[in-house]
Amino acid sequence: MLAIVDYGVGNLFSLKSSLAAIGVEALVTGNPEEIRKADRIILPGVGALGDAAEKLRAGGLDKVVKDEAAKGKPLLGICLGMQLLFDEGEEYGKHRCLGLIPGKVVSMKPVIPEGYKVPHIGWNRLIFPEDRPKSPLFKYVSEGDCVYFVHSYYASECGPYVIADTEYGARLTAAAAKGNVYGCQFHPEKSGKVGLSILKAFCELKPGEEAGI
Amino acid sequence: MITKRIIPCLDVKDGRVVKGVNFQGLSDVSSPVELGRYYSENGADELVFYDITASAEGRALFTDILTEVARTIFIPLTVGGGINTIDDFDRVLKCGADKVSVNSGAIRNPGLISEAAKKYGDQCVVLSVDAKREDGRFCVYAKGGRENTGMDAIEWIKKGISLGAGEIVLNSIDTDGVKKGFDLEMLKAVCDISPVPVIASGGAGCIEDFITLFKEIPEVDAGLAASIFHFGDVAIPDLKKALAEAGINVR
Repeated sequence: MLAIVDYGVGNLFSLKSSLAAIGVEALVTGNPEEIRKADRIILPGVGALGDAAEKLRAGGLDKVVKDEAAKGKPLLGICLGMQLLFDEGEEYGKHRCLGLIPGKVVSMKPVIPEGYKVPHIGWNRLIFPEDRPKSPLFKYVSEGDCVYFVHSYYASECGPYVIADTEYGARLTAAAAKGNVYGCQFHPEKSGKVGLSILKAFCELKPGEEAGI
Repeated sequence: MITKRIIPCLDVKDGRVVKGVNFQGLSDVSSPVELGRYYSENGADELVFYDITASAEGRALFTDILTEVARTIFIPLTVGGGINTIDDFDRVLKCGADKVSVNSGAIRNPGLISEAAKKYGDQCVVLSVDAKREDGRFCVYAKGGRENTGMDAIEWIKKGISLGAGEIVLNSIDTDGVKKGFDLEMLKAVCDISPVPVIASGGAGCIEDFITLFKEIPEVDAGLAASIFHFGDVAIPDLKKALAEAGINVR
């Protein structure tokens, strides 16, 4: 059973429907016991980082997610859920995050050229780093495939853990991974067939299997 | 680089798609669910569902249909029509909408934009503007284009963005339904002042119109149309192919 962590933010309905479409039964839950029982976890999220980090902590779910990730359970953070995996983030102030992947979440405004609109909304291409093997998360995906992004902040200072970038006037982190912990800045549940194949690959990861990074 | 988006818009009344729909290979051409799935699987980058129902019963039916559509498509879904309160946002977001489009409701109460942006994020709030030329400027119309508000469209869009609108849909009443191409002049005027994505609506009649749109105004993010897609005048995969051949970055 896959658990989608429900901490009061985001469109969990789409995610559950996408998983159903690839034949994966998912439980949307904020119950620590149920999350602990799951064999893999998705941390979704839409909205503001500080608010989300606070909500996750308030329910004690930050600890649950960290404990389960430490046991080698595959964990996937999506969009804001991905940003929560890093050490800290700045969005209306500094916020401590889960610290599961080294790096920090910053505004894209200072790195993208003038005239580029923020938020970065739309379908953009995945670029894989040349110096490392393709992540198992992308085993059904080809470089240049498009996925759907909606964000104003991105993960930086996480170079060794980047498994895909996208180009928006500057290289922005599209996905990162450390061990069994994965994060996608884009929305696989909104990225058509490519997105579904990414979710499928995540659901095929074995507990304890390392990302090779 | 980010790709240009092609967005079919479905007008739904009492749970059915209105405006003629003429598709082959679909069992029920007026079912929003069937059409939504068809577009999702055939190259549409996003879908807009516009609820033109007047009655409360119709609204409840729309909510049911929306839930079913959201369950079967895996691309972003924007819902508009009759969005007047935060409760309306809540209602359609709970059904699986990703973005909510406001128009007359925001004209009556601009605070709706800021309230929704604060609660759901800027990216969730789409400001849809129906505009028409009037004495050398662009005027905002409300109530589906029936009522001139006297407001200047450029000023209204600036205000909407400052309140938190994360995207603009600009529908030119002057070119809407004419099928002679998008309103490039009006779109340019809006793109010049908009730091957020602008979606062009109204006037597309053929593939060439989309090529002209993206070539003439590279700042435009997306092209939206209804009947030309529904009638099969333009098939989205053909459109995408033609755009790519013209050097426009598409998915």
